[in-house]
Amino acid sequence: MYRYTWRTGVLEVVMILVALIFLFPIYVLFNLAFKATGDQSSTLAPPERFTFDNFAQAWSQGGLGNALINSAIVTVVTIAMIVIFSAAAAYPLSRVGARWSKITYFAFLAGLLLPVQLALLPLYQIIRDLGLLGTLWGVILVGVGGAMPFSIFLYAGFMRALPAEYEEAAALDGASAFRTFWSVVFPLVRPITGTVAILNAVWTWNDFLTPLLYLSGSQQKTITVAVYGFVGQYGAQWNLIFAGIIISILPILVAYFLLQKYIVQGFAGGLKG
Amino acid sequence: MGTPALRESATLFPKKRRRPHRGYASSVWWFVLPAAVLYVFAVVVPSAQGSFFAFTDWDGVSPNPSPVGFEQFTKILSDPNAVIAIRNTLLVAIVVMVVQNILGLLIALGVNSRIKSRNVLRVLIFAPVVITSIAVGFLWKNLLAPDGAVNQGLEAIGLGALRQNWLGDPDVAIWAIMIVMIWQFVGYSMVIFLAGLQGIPDEVLEAASIDGAGSIRRFWDIVRPMLAPAITINLMLSLISGLKVFDQVWVMTQGGPGGATNTISTLIYSNAFQLGRFGYGAALAVVLTIFVAIASAIQYRLLARQES
Repeated sequence: MYRYTWRTGVLEVVMILVALIFLFPIYVLFNLAFKATGDQSSTLAPPERFTFDNFAQAWSQGGLGNALINSAIVTVVTIAMIVIFSAAAAYPLSRVGARWSKITYFAFLAGLLLPVQLALLPLYQIIRDLGLLGTLWGVILVGVGGAMPFSIFLYAGFMRALPAEYEEAAALDGASAFRTFWSVVFPLVRPITGTVAILNAVWTWNDFLTPLLYLSGSQQKTITVAVYGFVGQYGAQWNLIFAGIIISILPILVAYFLLQKYIVQGFAGGLKG
Repeated sequence: MGTPALRESATLFPKKRRRPHRGYASSVWWFVLPAAVLYVFAVVVPSAQGSFFAFTDWDGVSPNPSPVGFEQFTKILSDPNAVIAIRNTLLVAIVVMVVQNILGLLIALGVNSRIKSRNVLRVLIFAPVVITSIAVGFLWKNLLAPDGAVNQGLEAIGLGALRQNWLGDPDVAIWAIMIVMIWQFVGYSMVIFLAGLQGIPDEVLEAASIDGAGSIRRFWDIVRPMLAPAITINLMLSLISGLKVFDQVWVMTQGGPGGATNTISTLIYSNAFQLGRFGYGAALAVVLTIFVAIASAIQYRLLARQES
């Protein structure tokens, strides 16, 4: 049934054309970043000569290296905490039939309804009063707390579908609840751990509003805040700005192209968010 | 929606537990504690406080805000900026939802075929989803400038008549922002539709084909009903994220020109953090919460119906 007919060929041409139009902005992004500052040719024309000057300048003046490290720290710590805390919480919530467990589960789910804007202003005060303003911990704790509803929702759904026999066997062998969770349940839910980690990693790395609020004015910056400040500083020097933007998105793009199969699966696995 | 386990995981309604477990009861509280503490700290307490401030005249600094009842809410209705922002928010959410999903579905059908470039195209079209919204915003701010690449590109292919001052014209700017959002997230819709399409067995389509059903007929009678969950999820994901849109607008126009591209989120930010009107910002946040809650309730109903 699936031969490569002339109709498939037409479809192929159409789809490639669509993709070319779609990638036009990316072409401009790289094109400008490789152009020398004085290059007067049109945005669309390729550079008269390729230069890496913009990248070198953006790197040395934008504090982007530091910001990338901060973003990496924030993302790794946030994801580790999200995975451990939400998996642990989802375990009893999906296994214990008691009323408190259902109430707690739905109390977590209610968080899905609340837009971050509602909590933004008071949370800013709380973070300030705790002395966490301008620290990465402020961003991390806010990120982990905010990620609980969706992550617990994903974990609980997956754990409910898991047969309880393994845990019962472990319990018969005298394993504690903690041991059962860590050695039996947690390894079994690996697929959904992948989804939770990937979705939250992309969101955390790309988040702008939270670090903007809690880090602005401080020396600690994540990459999104650094790029924002960088653009403000260099106004209309688009060659430089675009080089800075490329540096900022390169780590996640490289990760994406290396792990694209898992990342796409991760997004598709989080379907019912 | 790859494995059966994953599909099961998405069940909204917990089934009855098979049998109660012994030995859990006392120790399991500790499992929930860290998550609960952080959730209460980062979501529950500040959201409750936020709702409370919506009924006060708090400026963010004074120690004793006084209660003003529903005054902040009635102010919203008489504030032309807020009316525009609410209209923009609903417009963006609905237009982006419709267009992004139609395009996402068409692209998904295209790359779900036997074309040779299908894997490459999937990877490329999804790529903007993982890029920071602010990088996307700055990139497009440049592209959409009066002498930017979009206008030059239109000129180059003979469509110079379509040139616009994309972000500077109050009537056009909000539409330009929608184009950017659709460009960024159409890959997300595509991936979810693809997951749905791959759950449709080839044999069913083959059988229909042998029975003489054309491709449009096959799509409408077989593919569409089997895609129903993916369609619902896609519509709701894009609707809710459209309602909350902030980054792209803030980076490209800061709500301008003249407030023409404000959304509820940008107005909350500027009122609370630039103008010191915390109470008013909080009231706007409550309005946004209501919109999101309504959208979520609809989603919950639709998914529940599909599952039963």
